Amino acid sequence: MPQIFSKNADGVARFVIWGSCAVLLIVAAIGTILPRSDLVTGVGEPLAQPVPFSHKHHVGQLGIDCRYCHNGVETSSSAGLPATEVCMTCHSQLFTNADMLAPVRASLASGKPIEWQRVNSVPDFVFFNHAIHIDKGVACETCHGRVDEMPLMRRAHTLSMEWCLGCHRNPGPNLRPPQDVFLMHWQPPEDIAEIRRQLIGMLDIHPESMTDCYVCHR
Amino acid sequence: MSAIAEEEAAPVIDIAALRKRLGSDRDMWRSLDEIAGTPEFQRFVEAEFPSIAERLPARPNRRTLLKLMGASLSLAGLSACSRAESIVPYVRQPEMLIPGKPVFYATALSSDGFGIGAIIESHEGRPTKVEGNPDHPASRGATDAVMQAAVLTLFDPDRSRTPLKDGEPASYGDFLKDMAGLVSRWTASQGQGGALLIEPTTSPTLAAQIDALRARYPKLKLYRHDPLATPAAAQASQALFGSALTPVYHFDRAETVVSLDADFLGEGPGRLAHARDFTARRRVRSPSDRMSRLYAVESTPTITGATADHRLAIKPSSIEAIAAGLKAALGGQAGASRSPIDQAWMAALVEDLKTAGRNALIIVGPHQSAFVHAAALAANATLGALGNTVDLIEPPDALPVDGDLTALCEAIGQTAVDTVVVLAANPLHTASAGLDVHQAFSSLKLLVHHGLYRDETAFLAHWHTPATHELESWSDIRAYDGTASLVQPLIVPLYDGKTIHELLAVLGGQFETDALSLVRRHWPTLDDEGWRKALRDGVIANSAARPVSVTPPPDLAGLKPAANAGSGLDIRFVADPWLRDGRFANASWLQELPRPLTKIVWGNAALISPVTAERLKIRNGKIINIASNGADIDAPAWIVPGHPDETITLSFGFGRKVGSVAALAEGHDAFPLRHGSEWFATAAAMTPRDNSVRVITTQHHQAMEGRALVRHASLDAFRLTPDFVRKDAPPSPMESLYPEWRYDQEAWAMAIDLSACIGCMACVSACQAENNIAPVGPQECERGHEMHWLRVDRYYDGSIDAPDTFFQPVPCMHCEKAPCEVVCPVNATVHTHDGLNAQVYNRCIGTRYCSQNCPYKVRRFNFLDHQSFNKEEAGPEQGVHNPNVSVRSRGVMEKCTYCVQRISAKRIQAQIENRDIADGEVVTACQQACPTQAITFGDRNRKDAKVVREKAAPQNYALLEELNTRPRTTYLGKISNPSGKLAKPGEATDG
Repeated sequence: MPQIFSKNADGVARFVIWGSCAVLLIVAAIGTILPRSDLVTGVGEPLAQPVPFSHKHHVGQLGIDCRYCHNGVETSSSAGLPATEVCMTCHSQLFTNADMLAPVRASLASGKPIEWQRVNSVPDFVFFNHAIHIDKGVACETCHGRVDEMPLMRRAHTLSMEWCLGCHRNPGPNLRPPQDVFLMHWQPPEDIAEIRRQLIGMLDIHPESMTDCYVCHR
Repeated sequence: MSAIAEEEAAPVIDIAALRKRLGSDRDMWRSLDEIAGTPEFQRFVEAEFPSIAERLPARPNRRTLLKLMGASLSLAGLSACSRAESIVPYVRQPEMLIPGKPVFYATALSSDGFGIGAIIESHEGRPTKVEGNPDHPASRGATDAVMQAAVLTLFDPDRSRTPLKDGEPASYGDFLKDMAGLVSRWTASQGQGGALLIEPTTSPTLAAQIDALRARYPKLKLYRHDPLATPAAAQASQALFGSALTPVYHFDRAETVVSLDADFLGEGPGRLAHARDFTARRRVRSPSDRMSRLYAVESTPTITGATADHRLAIKPSSIEAIAAGLKAALGGQAGASRSPIDQAWMAALVEDLKTAGRNALIIVGPHQSAFVHAAALAANATLGALGNTVDLIEPPDALPVDGDLTALCEAIGQTAVDTVVVLAANPLHTASAGLDVHQAFSSLKLLVHHGLYRDETAFLAHWHTPATHELESWSDIRAYDGTASLVQPLIVPLYDGKTIHELLAVLGGQFETDALSLVRRHWPTLDDEGWRKALRDGVIANSAARPVSVTPPPDLAGLKPAANAGSGLDIRFVADPWLRDGRFANASWLQELPRPLTKIVWGNAALISPVTAERLKIRNGKIINIASNGADIDAPAWIVPGHPDETITLSFGFGRKVGSVAALAEGHDAFPLRHGSEWFATAAAMTPRDNSVRVITTQHHQAMEGRALVRHASLDAFRLTPDFVRKDAPPSPMESLYPEWRYDQEAWAMAIDLSACIGCMACVSACQAENNIAPVGPQECERGHEMHWLRVDRYYDGSIDAPDTFFQPVPCMHCEKAPCEVVCPVNATVHTHDGLNAQVYNRCIGTRYCSQNCPYKVRRFNFLDHQSFNKEEAGPEQGVHNPNVSVRSRGVMEKCTYCVQRISAKRIQAQIENRDIADGEVVTACQQACPTQAITFGDRNRKDAKVVREKAAPQNYALLEELNTRPRTTYLGKISNPSGKLAKPGEATDG
């Protein structure tokens, strides 16, 4: 009777066993890393917009306050986008003939709104509220990054659930005195740790209830 | 309803055997099937969703349904990485509008022509939810089920979108051109041959426009078609006082109420106010509190009868004899010899009425004869109640007309009319037997139809022009007490619709006008400030009608009872509580909302009593042929406990085939059996046919069998044992293996007062509107897959011929020791810091373990994708969705959340303002809609909270307390106030 297993059967078996372990590890690694990579999350990748609006110019160089355009941010769930009219408050006087601004003028003339591409988006089953974050001392910069350095808007953070929960579990390190939340190049004072500790009490922040599912999902 | 093969037919229930079973001491029951223990009931007790195994692959009907109903607002692909999403700001942002924050506008919605005040929630210009207007006398902050569906009908994709000339799309300009021809013809002939057909209306602007039109065209005729007209009260008043007056009732002053076939809690333009006032006098929290008493004599089971302390079911034609007997007895005459009711009953009733004196109230069903109304007016006057509990006012809907639809058809027959403009009415569906409107209208030279839908009448019209929805219109309307409100649009007309005011202006030769200026011009007494105030408040101040002082003549002005009470069956016609005359047949929410007593959905049935069924050997679903005065229809029979014997109840509103949702419903049309505008017919015949259909009812769904669910007592028993709910209640265990929770912040809780609940279903409809709950269609309903988060269970207690009826709304109990939470393998149902059982849709994998483990059966599973997630294919109906609530997809469990989106909104608001959430600040959708304020919601951790006070009442109990689930939702046991003279033995029981 011939042998059932050939001479190199052991080798094949070892290769298969270790090989599948390796494959599993690689798959697990890719599965962990890829969804968090900029490739998938889109972090850092600017989107083409109908008008190449530059936050760097308007915020960084001209120093326009965030709320001039995003005026719902303190009161509403949505920060709001500026109506065409808001753009035209300045641009009816400045750069009135710039080609770049042709879509804005066309929008005002035709009454057809400008269709921007959303950069910072969360899934539709997430109910994010801007007002409460601003009110509790979470700065614009904390989620949106240094927009004053972005010629074209790009995503600064993943906005994944993991990322949100990081702060909802331990909000302290991301807090600022509420009057400073709109500042872009804010430098924490020396005693920031103590300030943050006080802020949690003063602003009535309850991290233990901030991870309840319905805080974001309804 | 679906046709079922003969071999599947429901087994015949032996009614005699049921009586025997009920004779021995028995708990409350839901249906005859339950007492009989039929397989039909068993399948819903044994499994919450019995038909999973029975389920067939999707049928074509479901596809249609999917296309028609619901869709996601913006859930195009449930993924986080959809990067190509465009966002669109305003070009000119309206003042005061902040995207993300809803705006609320006051307006009034029409209910059979009368206004009920509403506050509409609008998200970026999109109306999504109807709430009541607390400042409006007909709403008092409450809404009913039909009002909730106003936003759904607004976005109904079946609405007429363009003018049609001979059925072909045409432009509004073409329409105006043809109308200009008509105007010049009428101007030349003074309106000769022209007629308008209108619906009942209370709009002062409309009345003025019609007056102006008649002045312009003196020969123009005006006809009014109201299939639900109830002219008897006006006739009685005309006969007695010489002018047609309308009664207004004050239940807040009524100590003893006698209802003669009046469903004052469920019908009529003042029903919400009636319900509020009536239950306010019956709120008992301690043994020293007092209650009013209600005697109801009725010819069909209604929610008013279910609430009554004493109820008597009787043939509609016998009411006259009772009214005569009552009047005689109050007038001190011996009379009442041939009164069809028990002498002891009558004696107790009369004594109570006399004791109450001017605080007594006898109220008559609007459909009853003029004699009954006159007798009741006289009896109220004898008691001194006239001017106290009942006032008479000038009718808000008065409009002198040349006749009704019959008169119009006659005029067409005599060629006196050759042009008819139909305004909103649908006479082709709602015409009575023997009236061939089709033939009459076919012979017209010009038929113009103005309506929301391309309905039966529109198909015949030479010109059809779309009407605006009431949420798109400027108008005005009066409430039941005459209070005027302005109707303001929430949105510009979605389609090419015009208001009725614009159309009348066109007929008057004003082609360039708009509804706002027409309505504004009618209110010159309001300055701009007053106009803005009227718009903001939703009512025009001090516009209620003044009561007219009258004295009825002693002899009832010669009104006599008709001598028609006698042999044969009576037919009692009713309007479907939700679809009315069929106008709301295309609203899926209303089709799928269970009828309060029968719990029938997506259809109707001929309701009969157990005795009549026994006599004729009829079982549920058996098709019967009903004949009256030469007309006949077929309808499935449905045996209703407590239905009067030898009487058939038939409802209007069904049987329509126009409209894609309406066509899904089964059900029969009762109009072809009706003669004239009668509300009941005598000497009808009933013959069983050979076949049966399955009538879809939700009465067995989510059954919690054989436990003390509804606990009730009489007021006297309550005074003796205030904690009667504890009587015989199994002790509730204290230890639990479930995790201990601490509630350091809020602890949300709800109390539902069963004494106040009238079973009107407004809460269920409000919940559906608030929480984006999908309608599922008739096939799925039949399987028990309806998605309503809140259900109202109806129980019977006592004999099958005259049982007591109980309603019990059952939302999620939000147990502190929740059985659902511990069995979820993926942690998709979790306990929150404030004690809610949160359901996380995006975690749920659909094992349904939670539902299996829920003793209250309050969880709903999405067996199918009931709402489309494709924005392109979803159509306009996605506009109705509340943007603050996720739209759920297939395979996901869902349930009542205590309106967590409202809690979150108020919490964020309070946090921004750096304060605690105030008591009463968070109002759930069901609570807000409830006409009787039966539902209280709040933070149990606040000692001063209203919900804490409610729960401290001695009759507070938890459902299935013995399971130690510690529910946050608790009930206040039902307390009724029967007369001591008529008390049944063993009144204090728990069922």
